[in-house]
Amino acid sequence: MTEALKLTIDRRDGLAVIYTEGYINNQGGEEIARAAYELIEHGYKVLLLNLTGTKIINSIGISILIEIIEKMLEVEGRLAFCALTPTIEKTFHIMGLAQYASIYPDEGSAVAQIAL
Amino acid sequence: MNPRTPTREVTLILPMAPDMEIVASQAASALASFIGMSPDRVDEVRMAVVEACINAFEHSHATERKVDITFRLIGEAGAERLEIRVHDRGLGFSPAAVEEPRIEDKLKGDRKRGWGLKIIQGLMDEVEILSGSQGTTVVMSKSR
Repeated sequence: MTEALKLTIDRRDGLAVIYTEGYINNQGGEEIARAAYELIEHGYKVLLLNLTGTKIINSIGISILIEIIEKMLEVEGRLAFCALTPTIEKTFHIMGLAQYASIYPDEGSAVAQIAL
Repeated sequence: MNPRTPTREVTLILPMAPDMEIVASQAASALASFIGMSPDRVDEVRMAVVEACINAFEHSHATERKVDITFRLIGEAGAERLEIRVHDRGLGFSPAAVEEPRIEDKLKGDRKRGWGLKIIQGLMDEVEILSGSQGTTVVMSKSR
């Protein structure tokens, strides 16, 4: 029915950006988690999820993002989001995610503020 | 005309199958746009419908694996409000017994899920849960 979520990862100095394209449901969330945990294993403690290509997400997918936030807190790292649709951003605020993961309007402002 | 009288009504019957929530969300999106909702409000309706469908798929324990979704365009002078009813024929539950999820608890706990109703309530203007032994109906509406 819907195409699988596509991920692109840009590894930079001290920061990795994960670009998503498509629906973040349970499979999509698991895909992001796999990528995030692999990056953490390779020493990345600052991750930015750029959701420019994601127009819809569901609560199961978001629950998996909460697992990633939990993992980042464990390793004293940081997860941030950028380029969310207004509805996804509103949903993150409804759930309280914004208390634990910063949200930026675009990648430029995110990178300028989150790089350790 | 009674302001609650629907001017038009569309019904979908969808199987509880992967990604069927997207089909429901596409219908919701088309109807919300039709009554002149702003794109952001259309998007909110779309997400609320996705959550209501997922709740039915995941938690209804219905032996009849389908959901009925009724879209009603409501208003005195043309359609001013979209009402959506998502009905399953599951076991029902007590809405009052559902604990409101808190991010602090979810981060510490093993169960990260359970956000559907909170999201629906946050995105729609009005939400009512009707639940009993005949199943559950989520009634939600949003003005244009």
